[in-house]
Amino acid sequence: MSRSNAFVGSPMPRIEDARLLTGGARFVADLARHDLLHAVIVRSPLAHGRILAVDADAARAMDGVVALFTAADIGEVPLIPIRQHGVPEGEAYRQPVIAADRVRYVGEPVAIVVAREAAVAEDAAEAVVVDIDPLPVVADTAISARDETLVFAAPTNRVTTFRARAGGADAAFAAAPYTRRARFAVQRHTASPMETRGLLAEWDGESGHLTVHGATKVPFFNRDTLATMLGLGAGDVTLIEVDVGGGFGARGEFYPEDFLIPFAARRLGARVRWLEDRREHFSAMNHAREMTAEMEIACERDGRVIGIRGTVDVDLGAYVRTNGLTTPRNVAQFVTGPYLVPHIAIDVAVHVTNKTPTGTYRGPGRYEASFFCERLFDMAARDLGVDRAEFRMMNLIPEERLPYPLAHMDGLDASWQTELDNGAYGEVMARCLETFDWAAKSRLDGRLVDGRHHGIAVGAFVEGGAGGRGETARMTITADGMVEVAVGSTSLGQGLVTILTQIAADALSLPMDRIRLVHGSTNLVSQGGGSFHSRSTVMGGSAILLAAEALLQAIGEAAPHHEAAGKVRIEDGMVAVGDARLPLDAFAGLVVERQFFNKKLTYSYGAHAAHVSVDPRTGDVAVLDYVTVDDVGRVINPLTLHGQVVGALVQGLGSTFLEEIRYDEEGQLLTGSFADYLMPTATEVPPVRAISLGLRPCPNNPIGAKGAGEGGLIPVGGVIANAVAAALADFAVEPNTLPLTPPRLWHLIEAGRRAASDTTNADDPTNAEARP
Amino acid sequence: MSRTVRFALNGVATALDVADRTTLADALRDGARLTGTHLGCEHGVCGACTVIVDGLAVRACLMLAVQADGADVVTVEGLAPRDGGLGALQQAFHEHHALQCGFCTPGILTTMHALLTEEPEADEARIRDVLSGNLCRCTGYLPIIAAVMAARGAYRREGVE
Ligand code: FES
Ligand code: FES
Repeated sequence: MSRSNAFVGSPMPRIEDARLLTGGARFVADLARHDLLHAVIVRSPLAHGRILAVDADAARAMDGVVALFTAADIGEVPLIPIRQHGVPEGEAYRQPVIAADRVRYVGEPVAIVVAREAAVAEDAAEAVVVDIDPLPVVADTAISARDETLVFAAPTNRVTTFRARAGGADAAFAAAPYTRRARFAVQRHTASPMETRGLLAEWDGESGHLTVHGATKVPFFNRDTLATMLGLGAGDVTLIEVDVGGGFGARGEFYPEDFLIPFAARRLGARVRWLEDRREHFSAMNHAREMTAEMEIACERDGRVIGIRGTVDVDLGAYVRTNGLTTPRNVAQFVTGPYLVPHIAIDVAVHVTNKTPTGTYRGPGRYEASFFCERLFDMAARDLGVDRAEFRMMNLIPEERLPYPLAHMDGLDASWQTELDNGAYGEVMARCLETFDWAAKSRLDGRLVDGRHHGIAVGAFVEGGAGGRGETARMTITADGMVEVAVGSTSLGQGLVTILTQIAADALSLPMDRIRLVHGSTNLVSQGGGSFHSRSTVMGGSAILLAAEALLQAIGEAAPHHEAAGKVRIEDGMVAVGDARLPLDAFAGLVVERQFFNKKLTYSYGAHAAHVSVDPRTGDVAVLDYVTVDDVGRVINPLTLHGQVVGALVQGLGSTFLEEIRYDEEGQLLTGSFADYLMPTATEVPPVRAISLGLRPCPNNPIGAKGAGEGGLIPVGGVIANAVAAALADFAVEPNTLPLTPPRLWHLIEAGRRAASDTTNADDPTNAEARP
Repeated sequence: MSRTVRFALNGVATALDVADRTTLADALRDGARLTGTHLGCEHGVCGACTVIVDGLAVRACLMLAVQADGADVVTVEGLAPRDGGLGALQQAFHEHHALQCGFCTPGILTTMHALLTEEPEADEARIRDVLSGNLCRCTGYLPIIAAVMAARGAYRREGVE
């Protein structure tokens, strides 16, 4: 039987599951080593101040303490580089790997203790006294913008302003028949993977080699960064990827600890491990999304959008970290998402404050931008008396206008500009509306049923994918007749091994169990990109296709009598040369390596619809139905893709209803545990119907796939807030501040009631019934 | 202070020397080298460290190892059949894609195993309610709920035998 494979597109259960289900996984905390030393980081207890002294004598003297390092022991303290979306003015705000004379947030590393036992290291860290002369705390963007207290030596706390422009917004707004303005706020929250970070660094003095376990996301960038900081060659440093308990954009960037732990290992000539605890994680790992916005929309009377303009103030936290500028940049460029908006002027100001630095979290900037845009659309549609679904249908970018450039990033070069690739935006939204049964559910919209107000909403999104430099795949035929496929992509739990094995098996016409896929570590391939910006399937998969082609060619060239036989094929697990069949292991040792370079981003897209009910007495929201439809270009594995969408959606519900990192005005972190920081649990998850299509293959890569890890999250805030607004239309509630907690909604409802009774509609039966 | 605790670990008589302040989770991970029991918070909220002690799902980060003396302890490593392969619940998780990164998975498997062993008829509401004590950041829970529902049959049959 010689039929070509069709693993791509099939719901293959995952190869990686068996180990994870039986306790056989190896996360960084699980690695066993002899003579392991344990590190604990001493962190700043204050949000802002000058370090006068670090008194570590008592700690150093403790039994079992091996070493204690402060900035003074490190010498010239390296600054963490900006990995993506860097601008020259951002350089002055970079984070040192350890605080030397100034602390700028609670949790900033001040010293590192190394001891023979973890408990001793913790006790010693407690015994370190950091004497800090407090400075006024810059607790929010309003204080930051005043520039009375400067967080850096730079003349301002405003790092930069990103400006996105299309058409001529001012003139268009001046001439528009309808405009409306609103203020929005998105709260600070965080990715919160279930596994906290950890690193195990080993210095081999004999060979002068440093090995660090626990890398993920961008191991090659981190290896190069670490090598430079330590004055080593890239070849002297190996970063090893082990199992990783989720990343979502935050895990795996270069953090201070990514220098401090390897530094300690090298200085001590030892094996040093650091495991972050959850409380520490809340102050050390990137936060995300905190911003306010003042936005305005202009429309024709029939609902066609003329323009969107506004200003956004991003609370970046204390430093510009590796990807700190990505979110502000994305907010500027993606406010209009899949919609055709001719006139755009968005200014996004980036402010430093004395809080934990922020970085990307799944759907960075896109979640926030979508919230602003979708809310504006619903306000405008209501004002203009246009059905909200129709409003969107008329404003989606028509297929014939694609590729379509997004708003131009002013003053920035071509690498910052992007265009939406292809898609049938209207078709997918229509499918979503139909699945959701918009027409029937519209009859419930705004109605009061059994004491709860019902509302529905729909929204659309685009999700950028496949960013960053190239990706590499290497294929080796092994003596046991397998093909080992090594890729630079990294796994953060998204099923990468299975997906890439499907692609490789199809490309080579081999069963999946003849492919052995390895990934991530810097010793597997010569160069690699990693997993960010929903890129690993597209980039790793494309590199695999190129490598497979090269491998077949190499087999052909090595095959006996190949000149006469023509092209070789693989059939039934054998190499077919003309009529002859050779086992694969006859070619053992053949190696090829290929790189895929990406020129353009991919844009998957889709629509979400939600039906909610709200209890006006408590502000409690129940999500009764949620539908997502997206087009990812090509579906590689429907099972894992569905998992990505549902997982992202539920994270989005957390962002919308629950999760909030709070500080007091002294910059003290108030949410340091899962008891204060609430995440969705099984009882809160609504019924979800998630449909993923491969409608329009991506023209920019050989597999036709598009990044698909984030779309499930992007429009959730806007869609849910709009459904809540629709439910509470009687009270004129405009939920423009996230999260939508019951107290916040209750206050909005009460304010609406008061306003209503101040005017004349006190005898409105819906209001009357709802009154307790 | 350190002492020896003796307990049955996945059916095998086990003795571990532990300090008084050692949690059961640390004893299992560092002492017995069974690292399937994960630590996601160490303050009793996430459920990743859940193990089954005398039939009850408990948080191993909140229990001291010395408290397990004489107990019957089952960890995720003890859920699979001895001759290899996957147990019914594990198989259902595999088929329903009820895990992504797998970090939360051991604690969810033990929690749900304890539930279905006691209540093989548990309905969806009951499953959700018990599952709400475990955090999973990847899956959005729906596939986990589906997997647990699907595995109930195997527990019912076991009960009959
Ligand atoms: S580690 Fe025990 S409940 Fe989280
Ligand atoms: S599978 Fe990753 S936390 Fe549950």
